[in-house]
Amino acid sequence: MVLRYGLLLVPLLFLALFFFYPLFEILRLSLAPEGQLDLSWLGELPSFAGTLGFTIGQALLSTALTLALAVPTAYVFTRYTFPGKNLLLSLSTLAFVLPTIVVAAAFRALIGEQGLVNNALKALFHLSDAPVQLERTLAIILIVHVFYNFAVALRMIYGFWANQSPRIDEAAQVLGAHGWRLWWDVRLPMIRPALSASAALVFIFTFTSFGTVIGLGGPRFATLEVEVYQQAVNLFNLPVAAGLSLAQIGIMLLMLLLYRRLQQQPAIDLQSVQQVARRPRSRSEWLVVGAVIVLMVVLLFTPLLALVVRSFSGADGFTLRFYQELSMNRRGSVLFVPPAQAIGNSLLFALTTTALAVALGMLTAYLLARRGARWLDPVFMLPLATSAVTLGFGFIIALDEPPLNLRTSPALIPIAHTLVALPFVVRSISPALNAIGANLRDSARVLGATPLQVWRWIELPLISRAIIVGATFAFTISIGEFGASVFVARPDTPTMPVVIFRLLGQPGALNQGQATAMSVILMTVCAVSFVVIERLRTAGVGEF
Amino acid sequence: MKILGALFVVLLLIMPAAAQDDNTLTLVTHDSFNVSEDVLAAFESETGITVEILRSGDAGRMVNQSILSKSNPLGDVLFGIDNTFLSRALDNDLFLPYQSPALEGIPESFILDPEYRVTPVDYGDVCLNYDVAYFEENGLALPESLDDLTDPAYKGLLVVENPATSSPGLAFLLATIGVYGTEGDYTYLDYWADLVENDIRVDDGWETAYYGSFSGSAGSEGSYPLVVSYASSPPVEILFAETPPETAPTGAIVAPGMCFRQIEFVGILNGTDKVEQAQQFIDFMLGLEFQEDMPLQTFVFPVNPDAELPEVFVEYAQVAEEPAQVDSAEIDAHREEWIQAWTETVLR
Repeated sequence: MVLRYGLLLVPLLFLALFFFYPLFEILRLSLAPEGQLDLSWLGELPSFAGTLGFTIGQALLSTALTLALAVPTAYVFTRYTFPGKNLLLSLSTLAFVLPTIVVAAAFRALIGEQGLVNNALKALFHLSDAPVQLERTLAIILIVHVFYNFAVALRMIYGFWANQSPRIDEAAQVLGAHGWRLWWDVRLPMIRPALSASAALVFIFTFTSFGTVIGLGGPRFATLEVEVYQQAVNLFNLPVAAGLSLAQIGIMLLMLLLYRRLQQQPAIDLQSVQQVARRPRSRSEWLVVGAVIVLMVVLLFTPLLALVVRSFSGADGFTLRFYQELSMNRRGSVLFVPPAQAIGNSLLFALTTTALAVALGMLTAYLLARRGARWLDPVFMLPLATSAVTLGFGFIIALDEPPLNLRTSPALIPIAHTLVALPFVVRSISPALNAIGANLRDSARVLGATPLQVWRWIELPLISRAIIVGATFAFTISIGEFGASVFVARPDTPTMPVVIFRLLGQPGALNQGQATAMSVILMTVCAVSFVVIERLRTAGVGEF
Repeated sequence: MKILGALFVVLLLIMPAAAQDDNTLTLVTHDSFNVSEDVLAAFESETGITVEILRSGDAGRMVNQSILSKSNPLGDVLFGIDNTFLSRALDNDLFLPYQSPALEGIPESFILDPEYRVTPVDYGDVCLNYDVAYFEENGLALPESLDDLTDPAYKGLLVVENPATSSPGLAFLLATIGVYGTEGDYTYLDYWADLVENDIRVDDGWETAYYGSFSGSAGSEGSYPLVVSYASSPPVEILFAETPPETAPTGAIVAPGMCFRQIEFVGILNGTDKVEQAQQFIDFMLGLEFQEDMPLQTFVFPVNPDAELPEVFVEYAQVAEEPAQVDSAEIDAHREEWIQAWTETVLR
């Protein structure tokens, strides 16, 4: 008993130590430097109202768009089998690993003024001006946000849907529900937990968007996150930066409370029966499946493909030069990183993060499943909503004494990645866990199963798919160094994204080509890892 | 799950804790610091000091976190603070004074702190780069002053970086402030209003501007033939070309008043117990070996006039003739105000 409660407290302890403590310290230093609360910065906040409006507006739009595309896709994935389905699903997460600076370049190569699409259209219709003018518009910000978050929504919704019995759907159809009524009254309510969970994540993600907004939207667009960065880094105006961070956290808390009201208990118990996916039969079914495949290919894979093509294209056509150069230290410099070392570091951090996040995430999901602990739910989302710069400064001042002298330790890297990954793992596991019927557990107990046996033989198999989804995201977040800006002081443990940033910081075609090549390697390492993770599931708990 | 758990424990065990022995000197620096392995190794074997490099983001973030941690510094010596952030660091007592004997012979103009709390190491000029082919094909003369850029002949040709998010962007803003001033009939803001009138493009950072909007770089896909970059970018463009071109694809415009000079400094962090080792390191940074190594590693110019420049620099790099001047203390006092006024004028 004590052990069980003790275990459930571990995630809280982790959060307290690595999130609330640093956050509190930096807020205290910023807002009450002399020990007295100084509120003069409050007067400056109203000037950020416009930024706030834009931040919320674009996040809502991005979330709505992402869900509007992901729900039908998830439905098709649940209902039908088709060639390449698993591959498509795995690869969809690839978008998530690329640094925004690389994605911005890929989109520019595709639909920029001089991009592939515009050049083709110009040649085709003999136009003098580029017909697709998306650069520096809200539209391109939204497109890239959907590009990044589509897989989040798809995987969470599909993971949930696939574990539901198809009987209710069939019954509803027999009873005469068709068209939008079938969707509105039956299907959407059935997946509401996954729907709201993924909506919350996508919202938070786009709410704190940084690189996409300034890199592709241009300087006219700014989110609160961008303002915090400018205030904290360029102007060193810590009180205003802290005030804006608090505003960010406050708004997120409000949103999360709203979300908790929306999220109710699922109507249906999760059974171990799975949706029976079948091959599409009629022409219209094939059409629907085809449409989804085309959507995913166009939205997710053409930008990635553009990167792959570029990494092999030199001035005189096909070349392997960029890949070869990656492992050459021509100038004998200390900044050089052999690709194998970068890959190794990335994998080491990503595996540690995955292990840590899955272990903590599972404990958190159990903690949140307890009646008295539900209110804690938004607390675990907060790290995702907190400005990376603010938290990074917090690490510097809070974690500077033994036994927690971690500010320059490599161990801080997976810890910080875990803070970001944890909400994903929790969001993935919680809906599945809460949907397990109490009668299932009770029956097992009546039949003499110990709590550990119930977990191992009943619950774990039922949530294994959700765990895999969470693990995939944890891995991806870490290997893509999502929120890399947290690390203010970094010992020399360069990862793949770090190498990409270093290369892009210098002029010259070789540097740019190598950065593209490294991005492709990053995607490849990730794709291979997804396959391995998927194998782990089938080899481990999944076949029950 | 067990596998993952065991893996995690193993990983935690093999992760090296930040090792601190008596003769390790921790150098806090920005992400783009670089040096040849053998040059650094020579210093280490000569002195017996091991140099550990701690990278802390861009220059601004590095300075801020050093200020935040000044009661318990992250390292022993800090390199890479420039004149735009200098007074913020000095006001916060970040450094211990040290007058290196190696400063002899370094031009006075680089020594911005008379108390020697920081030592100049290198400099770089932020200047316009141009697409050589574009100007040749269109028979267009190069702009010779900031004034020229408001000429309709250069309409829609220039891309600059946002000074709020980019260091060269800020440097170029400072150049305009140095030339037009903040008071009088025609201030820097009037000048920027004219630039906006002339359809300049503003990007968030150097990477986006140089690779995304500028047309001159071999790898870029933009259509703007003028970009705010560094005077040393053209030789680097050649150094990292796929095949060395016969003529340089880009050039720098270094006419009087068109550039801003960034000087990088090194200082001993207040609170270190390795003052002596830190002093040795500073002497080393001013020495010929390090000074001659810098141009090809970090694409900056050495402050030591005796240092010989590499061939590609001699041939393709230029030095600003009369860079615009803005006092370092002024910069820190007005940075916010200037950037905000700029934002109001250019972006709103």
